Amino acid sequence: MKRLASGGRIERSEKLSVSFDGRRLPAVRGDTLASAMLAGGLGTVARSFKYHRPRGIYSAGVEEPGALVHLRDGDRHEPNVRATTTEAFDGLTSGSQNAWPSLRFDLGAVSGLASPVLGAGFYYKTFIGPFRQTTRFWKWCEHFIRKAAGMGRGTYRSDPDAYEKRHRTVDVLVIGGGAAGLSAALAAGRSGAQVLLVEQDFALGGALLSEPVGHAGDAWLDESAAELQGMENVRILTRTTAFGAYDGKTFGLIERVSDHVKAPEAGAVRQRYWQVHAHRTVLAAGAIERPMVFGGNDKPGVMLASAARSYLNRFAVLAGDRVIVATNNDSAYVAAAELAGAGAEVTLVDMRERIGPELDELINGAGVKLLLGHGVLEAKGWGRVRHACIVPVDAAGRAIGQKTIVPADLIAVSGGWTPAIHLWSQIFGKPVYDAGGACFVPDAKPEQHIQTAGTAMAAASMADVIEQGFARGSEAASATGAKGDCGPAPVGLDSGRFWQSDFRKTWAVFNLQGKTEGTAFVDMQHDVKLSDIDQAEREGYVSVEHLKRYTTQGMATDQGKLSNLNALSRMAELRGVQVPDVGTTTFRPPFTPTTIGALVGHEHGRHFRPTRRSPIHDWHVEHGAEMTESGAWLRPWYYPEAGESLEAAYVREASHVRAHVGIVDVSTLGKIAVQGPDAAEFLNRVYVNGWKTLAVGRLRYGVMLREDGFVLDDGVTARLAAHDYFMSTTTANAAKVLAMAELMLQTAWADLRVHVTSVTDQWGAIAVAGPNARALLSQVAGADLSREALPNNHFTRAQLAGVPVRIHRMSYSGELAYEIYVPSRQARQVWEALIAAGPEVNLRPYGTEAMGALRIEKGHVAGPELDGRTTLKDLGFEGLASSKKPFVGSVLRKRDVLEDPDRPVLVGLEIEGMSGAKAGALLFPAAGRTEGHGDGWVSSSTYSPALDRHIAMGLLKNGASRRGETVRVVDFVGNEVLTARVVANHFFDPEGERQNG
Amino acid sequence: MIRIECPVCGQRPETEFTYGGDATVRRPEMTNEDPQAWIEYVFMRGNPRGWHREYWHHVQGCRQWIVLERNTLSHEIGQAELARDAARAWSRTSEAAE
Ligand SMILES: [Zn+2]
Repeated sequence: MKRLASGGRIERSEKLSVSFDGRRLPAVRGDTLASAMLAGGLGTVARSFKYHRPRGIYSAGVEEPGALVHLRDGDRHEPNVRATTTEAFDGLTSGSQNAWPSLRFDLGAVSGLASPVLGAGFYYKTFIGPFRQTTRFWKWCEHFIRKAAGMGRGTYRSDPDAYEKRHRTVDVLVIGGGAAGLSAALAAGRSGAQVLLVEQDFALGGALLSEPVGHAGDAWLDESAAELQGMENVRILTRTTAFGAYDGKTFGLIERVSDHVKAPEAGAVRQRYWQVHAHRTVLAAGAIERPMVFGGNDKPGVMLASAARSYLNRFAVLAGDRVIVATNNDSAYVAAAELAGAGAEVTLVDMRERIGPELDELINGAGVKLLLGHGVLEAKGWGRVRHACIVPVDAAGRAIGQKTIVPADLIAVSGGWTPAIHLWSQIFGKPVYDAGGACFVPDAKPEQHIQTAGTAMAAASMADVIEQGFARGSEAASATGAKGDCGPAPVGLDSGRFWQSDFRKTWAVFNLQGKTEGTAFVDMQHDVKLSDIDQAEREGYVSVEHLKRYTTQGMATDQGKLSNLNALSRMAELRGVQVPDVGTTTFRPPFTPTTIGALVGHEHGRHFRPTRRSPIHDWHVEHGAEMTESGAWLRPWYYPEAGESLEAAYVREASHVRAHVGIVDVSTLGKIAVQGPDAAEFLNRVYVNGWKTLAVGRLRYGVMLREDGFVLDDGVTARLAAHDYFMSTTTANAAKVLAMAELMLQTAWADLRVHVTSVTDQWGAIAVAGPNARALLSQVAGADLSREALPNNHFTRAQLAGVPVRIHRMSYSGELAYEIYVPSRQARQVWEALIAAGPEVNLRPYGTEAMGALRIEKGHVAGPELDGRTTLKDLGFEGLASSKKPFVGSVLRKRDVLEDPDRPVLVGLEIEGMSGAKAGALLFPAAGRTEGHGDGWVSSSTYSPALDRHIAMGLLKNGASRRGETVRVVDFVGNEVLTARVVANHFFDPEGERQNG
Repeated sequence: MIRIECPVCGQRPETEFTYGGDATVRRPEMTNEDPQAWIEYVFMRGNPRGWHREYWHHVQGCRQWIVLERNTLSHEIGQAELARDAARAWSRTSEAAE
């Protein structure tokens, strides 16, 4: 392993500080972390998932199964990153994972000795097999698995970086910046279409970058890239992965904006998540080389032939000095010749008995030793490859002669190619099997919006790749209406002419007994051996879906990019059927692992959803209120005085309301303008009670049901004018009620002349409650608010601090109370005018906690009682329902199951002792076992300052006939049992004298 | 991400809409007191394979309810019309049938 003195697409003069496990690597600009590791002579860079076997660098791309490392330290620590796709940068620190105490000496490797136990189906057998009901064994296993298995560890620190999302619509999306993608983008760009070209690498070129420097491809690449960069209608995004194809021709891309620097520059994002809507897409994602299966094929020193070629030609790293190239097809011959040309001693081991004269000439000219009809049976060496065991093989890969052992430090393998069809398959499902190439390709149909080109479509030569790319790009552009002249197709390049041709469909090599020698892996990331596939077959897990779950093949972070076809082929062989009869794997996003941060973007913390603020919000904050979340709203919870606790504050505030007067911000109530000649008829249909008789200037409480007969919401509606009603809903249900009203008015009731409009944000609302409420308002509003002039359930218009307002006389707290409706812009002004006038009547603001205590004292229902499971009857509202008219839910509320007399109904509970009940606690009779769901539950609970005791509301079976009974209140979560007396839910001032005063 | 051609607002992403259920069931007349009719309307749903008509609410847009054709097999999106227009057409056909 060494860096060559010349060649490669790297900047030797620009040295970068890059380290792995504290060791400095000889990295230069243009390297990946993997190429720097190879240049630095590193063999083992990781330990495997299950058996902790040493693993090295196997590939030069996204398919990497072994070289998973962690990057950076501290809060930017990132686990499970493929070294092969990590661009080297100055200041890059990286380290090994899944090894203890060190990468070289990993104690976990002893689990390799237990590998017969940890084979296919281990998880299932351990947990349901002979060890069932042996808890101790179970726990031992769990401990073992959790400690041993797995990959890197994440960090618990919060991510310091910013991410963003962008949306874009394009005519043509080209995925892949290799020869096919560049050709497609050229054709589409020239025709005038809006083109987006994305490439996951930091450089354009794809496989062309693995050709030797000075190859004809270089000039072609430079010219094509320059032409594209000169087109205003073409945008190129490098370092960008198209990870998913979604419905509606939408694609998800991740652009790694700042991953190639130590930390994002000030103000820059780390990654950008693009949602691209593309009318047509050309998928030119290339192909991934297929491994060979033999003993020790996972050892450091075994590598894909194409990767050895990439490291040589792109990074000027010779990955071995004594190289065995093992293949079953033509494509590895160029790699063998080039490795020999760079000074390695190369033996080419080909499972085929015959090759064409062209290949023969190439190999002879390069000084490569050729062994036809042979395969590598085993890679030998402790910790890394030191020898290769070579045998003559038959057509099925079985040894037919004696083995020879030759020294080797690199075994470069090529088992053919697997087109990267993932994004096509995510949308269009099952691909078709190309028997010639022994691979799956898209089942292309002209109407599909994703067309595949190049080696992703198993194109046979570079000329085909370019021709396909150009044709698909041109078709895509014209399908979107682009009419420009595409010009001539690029001239074909001659490289890669051996690709995918004439290959032997055998991937595994067996000894004379028909077994693999040593441990032969199919899935190197999840440590799935060939013998695991065999075992799954013996045990009946023969379909691809069973095979996958039983062995976990293809379920690691590489999603089986290297292993799927070899696993399918083995199963087909064992069953004596063709590969497509075994099935194909389902491709799902993401194509490569994606950071959650990029998908989240800015939508976290405070920006997770919009925060709704009342127009008086700032006053509350300025005056020390503790705020609480109520849905998306922020509301004042309580106003602590001199370090008061929540408990002390709400008790003081609620007591103050009953003794003097308080104001509370109720702007969050849902408000809906219901307008039109048929408004009363509309209200009659949505509410259970009647509305035809409500006079202008009056208010009425109403309850509405869902279509299925359960209670939906309650609130007060005012008749402002003949055809103009002002409906209020609970804070939580405002959106639901409006959506239902709109559905009805646009469908079943389209004949009603009614408009509903949300006016929640247009109106602030302030409740003024307490014995001094009238005195306060009379003073500041200058209106006659006497009992005679403004009785309960009436409203009047007035001027308050020069602002026109509506004063509704209604009470939630049970005190003499008013609600003031004021245009939002003046809400704070009115609130402050009330506060300013406050001292004379001893006015204090109160928060939602005190408001809740006051409403429970009065036995009013709220969110906890309107939970979607309660009926009118359950809540004691039966009398409210009109029998003279139909309304939403009027028929289904009478279903037998909802009329069942055993249903829990609303009751009050006086708690004995000095601790309060927990909402959600279950109710049980005074004696007997506390099992099951009990006779009901506690819905709302508070300490009542007015009664000086803990009270609660709840729903209790046969509650109406159980008044006076003592029940147990059992909190299974807190393991607490209280006793309570069942009472009516109107605890305080049941006659309502105070509010009518 | 599906895109819906709102008859009012044009093509918009699905994130602006909420799904509103089966648009092939018809609400009984208000005066209908037969529980079975309401049970059919509220609870009984087919599970068709292929093209289906569904309510979608352009809740972050024009607030119109839309009847959208969606293929439950391919997730393909077809025509969209205002639920108001669909309801009108429906009542015309049922009147004609009477
Ligand atoms: Zn719309």
